[in-house]
Amino acid sequence: MTAVFLGIPTAPRGVGHLRGDRSFPDAARDSLRDGQLRANLGHATATIRGKRAAVVGEVPDWAELREAGRAIKAATMARLDEHLIALEEQVTARGGTVHWARDATEANAIVTRLVRATGADEVVKVKSMATQEIGLNEALEAAGIAAHETDLAELIVQLGEDQPSHILVPAIHKNRAEIREIFLREMPGVDPTLTDDPRRLAMAARAHLRERFLRARVAISGANFAVAETGTLAVVESEGNGRMCLTLPETLITVMGIEKVVPTWRDLEVFLQLLPRSSTGERMNPYTSLWAGVTPGDGPQEFHLVLVDNGRTAVLADEVGREALHCIRCSACLNVCPVYERAGGHAYGSVYPGPIGAVLSPQLTGIEDNASLPYASSLCGACYDVCPVAIDIPSILVHLRGEHVEAQARTTPEAVAFRALSRAMSNPRLWRLAQRAAGLGRFLARGRPTLPAALPPPASGWTRTRDLPTPPRETFTQAWAREHGG
Amino acid sequence: MRVALFATCLVDTMVPQVAWATAALLERLGHEVVVPAGQSCCGQMHVNTGYRREAVPIVANHVRAFAGAEAIVAPSGSCVASIHHQQAAVARRAGEHALADEAAALAERTYELSQFLVDVLGVTDVGAYYPHRVTYHPTCHSLRLLRVGDRPLQLLRAVRGLDLVELPAADQCCGFGGTFAVKNAETSTAMLTDKMANVLSTHAEVCTAGDASCLMHIGGGLSRLRSGTRTVHLAEILAATEEAVSPHQSTRPAVAR
Ligand code: SF4
Repeated sequence: MTAVFLGIPTAPRGVGHLRGDRSFPDAARDSLRDGQLRANLGHATATIRGKRAAVVGEVPDWAELREAGRAIKAATMARLDEHLIALEEQVTARGGTVHWARDATEANAIVTRLVRATGADEVVKVKSMATQEIGLNEALEAAGIAAHETDLAELIVQLGEDQPSHILVPAIHKNRAEIREIFLREMPGVDPTLTDDPRRLAMAARAHLRERFLRARVAISGANFAVAETGTLAVVESEGNGRMCLTLPETLITVMGIEKVVPTWRDLEVFLQLLPRSSTGERMNPYTSLWAGVTPGDGPQEFHLVLVDNGRTAVLADEVGREALHCIRCSACLNVCPVYERAGGHAYGSVYPGPIGAVLSPQLTGIEDNASLPYASSLCGACYDVCPVAIDIPSILVHLRGEHVEAQARTTPEAVAFRALSRAMSNPRLWRLAQRAAGLGRFLARGRPTLPAALPPPASGWTRTRDLPTPPRETFTQAWAREHGG
Repeated sequence: MRVALFATCLVDTMVPQVAWATAALLERLGHEVVVPAGQSCCGQMHVNTGYRREAVPIVANHVRAFAGAEAIVAPSGSCVASIHHQQAAVARRAGEHALADEAAALAERTYELSQFLVDVLGVTDVGAYYPHRVTYHPTCHSLRLLRVGDRPLQLLRAVRGLDLVELPAADQCCGFGGTFAVKNAETSTAMLTDKMANVLSTHAEVCTAGDASCLMHIGGGLSRLRSGTRTVHLAEILAATEEAVSPHQSTRPAVAR
């Protein structure tokens, strides 16, 4: 990227899930053809959009809350190093152990070592974006440790050998009938008369998971927040499955991105109001688990906190882009995004899809590895409007496009065209010549009101589905000058 | 008032009838219209495609062309939003602080058409006559960056003969997005398809909006479908009167000159 980024490591290649193997337009092409996926996503996002709008609308001071959330995050990021050290001190003082991981590879190695030390060959997992990001399940599997996802939607994705497509509802691209089919195929001992009734599906998952909860000796979680002043970790979930994992096993390992820290206990007051209304459209979150270190005789007796950088410091170095670190992973921006709604989460190639993914993934990996993502937006601005911490995603998208263009080593045909256009548009005489040249396009139309549909690229990108009007003989400014004497 | 008209590069080059309509409307309301000859583009397409350095001379040209203007009006929410939110920022980023200050000062006096009519001139009934069934698409930058709200609807409701029908899911993006329409043509078309389905569900003859760019996209799709529903810029509707309205408006000017 730019000079600012030199020397600050980004997320390494070959590990984790931040990069797709295809560009966004290529990957989107497949999902756009999948009518079932479009229907599932359209239905699910419309429902959740409506719920969110209703519960946000009933909070009279939402704008103030949102501003408080933004301000707390901005202030925290400005002194992130100090808050993290304070967090480490508090967690340690309360009987936990803190580990620092530079990147995905280090984090996976630390967690694998910790699980091995317990002698366990399986773990239960609380839904966590950070562990998806670093590819922890694959790393554990390679070490002979089975990782069982316990969030219902994550379980569906895991059983279906699929990839998550949404940060809150990883199986949003599946409907009930498809879920029933996955359970029947993959769940050992499932009732063969299972229907697609949501309750029957939930009960089947419950029976499947209950066995694992009772057996597990090690649990792995992420964290929504970590309070520096008290060393408290917070996990916000709605099923109670996370609570099972956080309380039953002997050992708990929490993997957390360094940006999740908040300075004080009171800060939770703001975020625990913003998060549930924005994410699930609920007034209050059903299961909010909070713990600090270990408590003798109650819950896990061994607690490890793994703090992961994996490119976050590089994001922090970018004055405009760093706002992406304020994200509390509510997923409201995905649910309102017209591009996400149609292309689906997999098209983004990263565990972070949608508008936030389009600004976060390329920054974590370095723009060269996710170069098509900042362009995967019409800049409609719906994401910024709903973001509970007011991340100006459209402005970051535009900024990253600039970073991408400026980092290009060779001159592209597009750059040649835009530079030529810039010269014309900054010189009235050249501009009039350019307009006259564009006006010559009218001869292609041979008297018809629109240009032919078969134009060469890049115009073909437009004309394959849309007519282009025939340019007029004379521009407005020329005609005006002629009539008014200019 | 003496109003400087910024036609915008797209309108000037491709759909001049929108600028003629804007001028005719403002003159009918008793204002003097000037069209600075040096104008070209606001620079938005460059900024939004990543060419922010190349946008700086375009901003400089814009500031030169409109220097000294008392009020500037453009028939585009998107270009006015760029003038307000991007011009000074790209100049400042390039270290051109004097230019940034001038651009910011000019932005203060730059208005999107519906804002100018309702907020500055204080009119909602502009004396227009347009006997057609019309639906209104609030373009994203008018809606979310400029917050024009229901000003265009207030103006349309006051037009004699006009049958205004509500567009379902009106706040959904049409899928234009500048170079997005070409770089992600298939996603853009998927968004357009839903927008067209909503437009056609209203059985309107005309889909209007405050941005010629989005209308070119929606209208291009409707024309390809041979749907019979056409797109007409808000300025053209507001400029139409009993005397000036033309019955055949598809891609020809709505207002006879
Ligand atoms: S960017 Fe904002 S809206 Fe999107 S997931 Fe993060 S907090 Fe939620």
